[in-house]
Amino acid sequence: MRVLTTVIAIAAGALILAGYFFPALADVQTLLLNWAIILAGVVVLVGISNLISVHTDKISRREKGSAYSALLVIGLVATLSFGMILRPHHSTMKIVMNGIIIPAEASLMGVLTISLLYAAIRLLRRRADLMGIIFLSTAALLLLGSATLPLGDIPLIGTLLRPWVTQILALGGARGILIGVALGTLMTGLRVLFGADRPYGGN
Amino acid sequence: MTSLVILSLSGALLLGITLWKRKSPAMLREIPAFTRLYRTLGLSVEDGTRLHVSLGSGSLLDTSGGSALAGLAMLRIIAERTSDSDKPVVASVGNPPFGLLMQDTLQAGYQAAGADELYIPTMGRVTGLTPFGYAAGAMHISKNEEVSANILVGHFSSEVALLAEASDRENEIMIGASDNLTGQAVLFASTQDALIGEELFAAGAYLNAGASHTASLTVQDILRWLVIAALLGGAFAKFAGII
Repeated sequence: MRVLTTVIAIAAGALILAGYFFPALADVQTLLLNWAIILAGVVVLVGISNLISVHTDKISRREKGSAYSALLVIGLVATLSFGMILRPHHSTMKIVMNGIIIPAEASLMGVLTISLLYAAIRLLRRRADLMGIIFLSTAALLLLGSATLPLGDIPLIGTLLRPWVTQILALGGARGILIGVALGTLMTGLRVLFGADRPYGGN
Repeated sequence: MTSLVILSLSGALLLGITLWKRKSPAMLREIPAFTRLYRTLGLSVEDGTRLHVSLGSGSLLDTSGGSALAGLAMLRIIAERTSDSDKPVVASVGNPPFGLLMQDTLQAGYQAAGADELYIPTMGRVTGLTPFGYAAGAMHISKNEEVSANILVGHFSSEVALLAEASDRENEIMIGASDNLTGQAVLFASTQDALIGEELFAAGAYLNAGASHTASLTVQDILRWLVIAALLGGAFAKFAGII
């Protein structure tokens, strides 16, 4: 079984990759990608069942925070049932989406703002080194340079320093980091393609 | 055609250097986050506390999946090393296909340690389907499951600040790495030892996951020098009016 899963994974990966370079394999590539998308859709249901099983387990064992787990399971089952009966485009579903799910996510974004501000305040306590000081002073400089003031941009900071930092220093650094990440992703992909990393089919 | 050449060269180098690295030990520079991770693994087994490994909300169908695949290689080693702990490792992810791979990886780690019977499928969890939903679920694990350290390796954006905040509130160790620039900036500000850029992909090599991981680092270095040469050569050619 392990050999079979490895063969399927490597063959599928190699064919999809070859499809980018050899037009004759483009149809096979499209077919395999469509299968992958359908399978990914089915796996969402598996993920949801995993979520339900984890939280029902917590409820049955009366673990710490099991009230939240109960709330999650009730909310999930109710939304799923309503969605299946009424269809996603029904007005009730839109009310659930616009009135509960989107505001709940938006509130997390609000909490995130506070968390980021708090992280910035604690930065020097955590990293009292040169990099920490550079990080914080750059952030402060960019905020000052971006601030909308009645008199317009702050001379020098808004007109010269901010564009120089964002378009030269930060952009160059970001590109360097992204090249590193791209090389790392390439190597990870090749390891999976060669079967050196096999995060599937057991040991 | 250039991309095919780069890909073939990378593949050939990876295979060749993997075979070579099997015979010679790896020489790696010290990265504080990995030193701390190594220490945390030992401490969690001794203290009987739980590790929480989180792989972010990257998708298997696009480039954000690369970092989560690197996280899976690390999870495999962590599961193997902590399989005899009183509190088994808990892993979370925000993408269902990675949820399945995560459970398979955890099981493989337990099998490799000869502790197959201790594996529990609910150790690997899909905590949410959107980045914020996933972060909320992962925060719940950090707060309620006697976690001593959170290890975040994968695709995270600004939502990672919520996880860092929850971890800090519970006085838990946090080691973080993301392939996303926003996530990296947030992790740099919120954790003591953040991994920047391609350091994320070095986790396997630092945890002795195998020769292919060490070889990957060498190939990355070779390719990085080629990129530098191409950039400098291109700049010189432009300056000289050749292109």
